[in-house]
Amino acid sequence: MSIWEYANPKKFMQTSAWALPWVTGLAVLTLITGLVWGFFFTPDDFRMGSTVKIIYIHVPAAIMATGTWFMMLAASLIWLIRRHHVSVLAAKAAAPVGTTMTLIGLFTGAIWGQPMWGTWWAWDPRLTAFLILFLFYLGYMALWEAIEDPDTAADLTSVLCLVGSVFAIISRYAVLFWNQGLHQGSSLSMDAEEHVSDVYAWPLWVAIVGFGLLFVSLVLIRTRTEIRSRRLRALEARERMA
Amino acid sequence: MTALLLRDLTLALRAGGGFGLSLAFFLIVTVLVPFGVGPEGGVLGRIAPGILWVGALLACLLSLDRIFALDYEDGTLDLMATAPIPLETVTATKALAHWLTTGLPLTLAAPALGVLLNLPTAGFSWLTLSLAVGTPALSMIGAFGAALTVGLKRGGLLLSLLVLPLYIPTLIFGADCVRRGVEGLPTTTPLLMLLGITLGSVAILPFAAAAAIRVNLR
Repeated sequence: MSIWEYANPKKFMQTSAWALPWVTGLAVLTLITGLVWGFFFTPDDFRMGSTVKIIYIHVPAAIMATGTWFMMLAASLIWLIRRHHVSVLAAKAAAPVGTTMTLIGLFTGAIWGQPMWGTWWAWDPRLTAFLILFLFYLGYMALWEAIEDPDTAADLTSVLCLVGSVFAIISRYAVLFWNQGLHQGSSLSMDAEEHVSDVYAWPLWVAIVGFGLLFVSLVLIRTRTEIRSRRLRALEARERMA
Repeated sequence: MTALLLRDLTLALRAGGGFGLSLAFFLIVTVLVPFGVGPEGGVLGRIAPGILWVGALLACLLSLDRIFALDYEDGTLDLMATAPIPLETVTATKALAHWLTTGLPLTLAAPALGVLLNLPTAGFSWLTLSLAVGTPALSMIGAFGAALTVGLKRGGLLLSLLVLPLYIPTLIFGADCVRRGVEGLPTTTPLLMLLGITLGSVAILPFAAAAAIRVNLR
């Protein structure tokens, strides 16, 4: 099993058709487990009250928002180097999912920030970096939409994704320099002294796995749709030629 | 390469006033700000570094689509792609020509506009220096964006959506350099970061821009 086998759309469609119900089912299961556990079976925080529970959506969405961009970067590289057609379609399919995750992260953050920080928005490095990431997603999707020829679009968006990644990372560290932070540090880490207590961490891990599976499932569905629409376009073109 | 540079410079200077246009735009933007925020000198002086940098950035953006679009339409770009000099050199040269006709005049004009915005005296040298160091990056990043969108009929709006996020780090360090200069703080760090972005852009982006042009000419 190598990813090169799946450069063949037929093979990809077969395998993904088999895998999709399992991934989706598992995603629903872990999401329900993680969220129900997190929302109803963890204590309120002594300072933040029940608002602490927004962490079960906020943190997984934020992780997926950055993770999606890295997945797109890898998929774009694979396309540019080896012309793996399904890979670039997966990158295209992932972009709206990543955008949505970024928006969820920003919105849940705002909802939590209003009672806790007393403001919906602050020009904090993390918040700003996420807003910039959102702009990068918008540009990437707009370039896909603007170019008609699919292979040209794939090439140009992949180059944009590569260059954008470099600049997104520079921006991430530039904003640290630019303003002091209001956002707390990492919620989860292996070695840090200060992070969320175990009571909150376990359902959070489950929710993160759930969001990850949800992402895989959505990307599979969207990639399958892309492949089908490509087929449809090819059939239409053949019809016109005949 | 020299011939290409001279050709681009001549075209920019003689045809259609693209040269003066971005300068005039810079002036207009700067003049509009006091109408928006009020004429108090203190407020203006405080926001002047940011306004001047944002203004320079927008003025730079305005002339980006001229870098490749005209050559793409009349087929000159095809000739350049088959010419004995590498396409990477062509993109770098065209970015240089763009900088000489946009970035450099903006840098030289910025202190005069700084006077209009009541920029504190300490800031002038840092403003000029940071713009001189930072605007080459703006031209090079812009050339990359222009190369991406050169095949599109109406790429102007898309170009700004693609390029402006890429400008953010340059803007942060550029404006911060001036702000620190005004407040008398050490400016070495933002200036070096700005220089790093410029040199990095000049080193990497000609290749990315040339790749994008090859795709567009296919």
